[in-house]
Formats: sequence, structure tokens, C-alpha cells
Amino acid sequence: MTPVPIPAGRVKTLKIDGRDVSGYENQTILEIARENNIHIPTLCNLEGLDDIGACRLCLVEIKGLARLLPACVTRVQEGMEVLTDTERLRRHRRMVIELLLSERNHVCAVCVSNGHCELQSLAQTLGVNHVHVPYRYPRMAVDATHGRFGVDHNRCILCTRCVRVCDQIEGAHTWDVAGRGVEAMIISDLKQDWGASATCTSCGKCVQVCPTGALFVKGKAVGEMTKQREFLPYLTLMREGEK
Amino acid sequence: MSDTPRMPARIRMGTIWLEGCSGCHMSFLDMDERLIDLADKIEIVFSPYVDAKAIPDNVDVFLVEGGIGSDHDMEVIREIRRKTRVLVAFGDCAVTANVPSMRNGLDVGAVLRYGYEETGQPIQPQIPTQGIPALLPQVLPVHEVVPVDVYMPGCPPSADLIHFVVGEVLEGRLPGRGVRARFG
Repeated sequence: MTPVPIPAGRVKTLKIDGRDVSGYENQTILEIARENNIHIPTLCNLEGLDDIGACRLCLVEIKGLARLLPACVTRVQEGMEVLTDTERLRRHRRMVIELLLSERNHVCAVCVSNGHCELQSLAQTLGVNHVHVPYRYPRMAVDATHGRFGVDHNRCILCTRCVRVCDQIEGAHTWDVAGRGVEAMIISDLKQDWGASATCTSCGKCVQVCPTGALFVKGKAVGEMTKQREFLPYLTLMREGEK
Repeated sequence: MSDTPRMPARIRMGTIWLEGCSGCHMSFLDMDERLIDLADKIEIVFSPYVDAKAIPDNVDVFLVEGGIGSDHDMEVIREIRRKTRVLVAFGDCAVTANVPSMRNGLDVGAVLRYGYEETGQPIQPQIPTQGIPALLPQVLPVHEVVPVDVYMPGCPPSADLIHFVVGEVLEGRLPGRGVRARFG
């Protein structure tokens, strides 16, 4: 009988929302929560891509720690007591969504991803029915120079899923981030037109992983842009098998 | 003749359409036969549906469609707030400024020049100024100008959502975060 391979690392036991759970020491709180059907909202996380803890939606409370930690990049520890759904966390998550909505121009009514947008649907499930901070209304460009795809920076939330999928899965690294803070922008190559990119393979993976209408297939009207993400875990799994 | 006597005091409701497209008011009418029941409980005292010319005093609930985009909107929303107990931001334009806000990153003068002088083939290109409200530099959500009591997102909000919110207000409740509706 072939022995079942055991991932490197020891088993840790911990509590999530009062439930006794266990996982390997190299696993994150988010992974263990998902294995146990405990829902933690996420936005920049996507199965198949490295986690970066950027969006802060998966923040959780850990007993004994004053500050909140992102579940997607925090590894489990023995005896940890994690809370995933407290009023404090709900308040923080609503604030994250409100800041994202106010930072650029998310005009859902005329967006290609209306009805299929992760930001829009998180706003609804988290109970964001208005934004407390003033909207910024920046003037943002749309790059439609690529033959098949477009990027509308008005809708971009800088989750960097596109950057990561292009680098980690496609291996092209066409996308990157330029600028800091509120000036940060997703750029193709050295801040050149997407259509003029020498590295883009036109595979469209960035479009499919984008949680909003920022990256889209040309020719889609309002609400027509649905994304297919099923390919990603399969690709990752198949490549692990090749190693 | 109806067996049920009319309620002596009906809720005084106003509705107004500022910088929006009237779609929210259309969605209100989509409540269809439920409007007949509401008519027994609500008196519409100001609205595009009726013929009142001035904002009346002592309004119980005001549904405000549209963002605040002109000096007239600014004046009228402050008057509405003074005279209203429950102010409802009715639809995405009122809640987020929505489509009208797409001009917010642009200069108002440039927008007007483009609209009236540069597009099409105008016979006598001129920007109208007489007898019409002046545009504000940006279209604002209602709550950035006056306090709002209930937020009803949606473009437009569904008839079911409008029915729920109006029902709650009629019962004297403010639904607050109970309104779990989608933008757009």
C-alpha cells in the first residue's frame, strides 16, 4: 500500500469561532477556515495565486492580540483562538469596501461587470448601502489599445490578481504596479499602451481573474462581462504534478 | 362603497426627481396593484406624479431621486430637509451620484462647451444661462449635502425594495442597514 504523503509541518490545533479545528503549521487561518466551512470574506485572495494580504477584508481577531491580522497570510499556531465575525470586524470590512468604492469611479449601473462583480456583491452582503467618506471622483483613463481586451482604471481596486496571474501562472509579467498610495496604478510593461506590449501573450488570464469590471473583453455591454476562474486551481494543480 | 373606513390621517409623502433619469420613479409605479393599498395610507403632497408647485411643510417622508447637481438642487434639498421627518435617498444617483457623477472629473465649462458647442452641428451654438439652474462643479450624493435617514441603492431600486422601505417607514421604522440592496 502506498503511504499517503503528509505535507511538511506538524499538526496544530486551534479554535475558530469557538470550534475546535486543526491544520498543518504551514497552512493559513483562511485555508483552515475554508476546510471547516467557516466563511471569511476575501477580495485579493484567489485560489491558485500567492496571497499578499492587500485588501484587508479577511482580517480576523486573535485572542491576546490587540491588532487584527489578515487570515490569508497568517499561519495557524497551537492554541490560537480566532474570531472571524465580530461587530468590530464587520465595521472594518464595511470601511474597506467604502474606501474602495470612494477611491475611484465605480458606476455600477453602466459597468460591464454589473451583477457579476465581487466588489459590488461584497458591498451588498456586508450591508454597505452608502459610503460615509466623500467620493474622490478622480479622472481615470481607459486603455483600449489591445485588440481583444480593455482596462478601465476607474474600476480597478489594485488587488493585483492580474499582476500575480500574469507573473505566476502565465509567466509573462506584463502587468505591474507603478506609483504609491492613491497614485498607484496597474501598468502594462513600462507604463506603455497594452496594445503595444511586447510581453503580453493575449492569453486573457488577467481579464478572467479581475474581480471587477476593470479588465474586460471588448464588445461586452453593461452587465455582460462574466468571468471564468475555474481554470486557475487546475493549472496550479497540474503544474505541481510536473515538479 | 368601501366597508373599511379611510384612515383619518394618512402619511404625507413627497417624491422628487433631481439629477437622475426618472427611472426610480418608474420603478415606484412598478409596485403595480400594491399602489392601491398604499394609496389608502399615503397622501402624495409633492411629486412629479402630482401637481404641487412648492415644497409643502410638515412632510412625513420624502423620496429623493437623483444627485445634487445644480444650484437649484442644492436649494431645494435643503428646503426638503427642513420640512421633512424621514428623508430617503432613493436610488443610486441619490446614494452615490452614480451616472451623473461621471462628469465630476471634468471641468463644468468644458462639459457645457462640449455639449452645446462642439458636438453635432449646432445652428447657433450657445450655452444656455437664462432661467435654468447653473451646474455645480460636481454632482454630489444627497448625504454629502444634508443628513439622510434611509438609503435605498439600486439603479433603479426594485419595486419590491421600494415596497419594503415604504412599508417600514409607514410602520415608523428606519430600516438602516436592513436595506441589503445592490448598487447598480
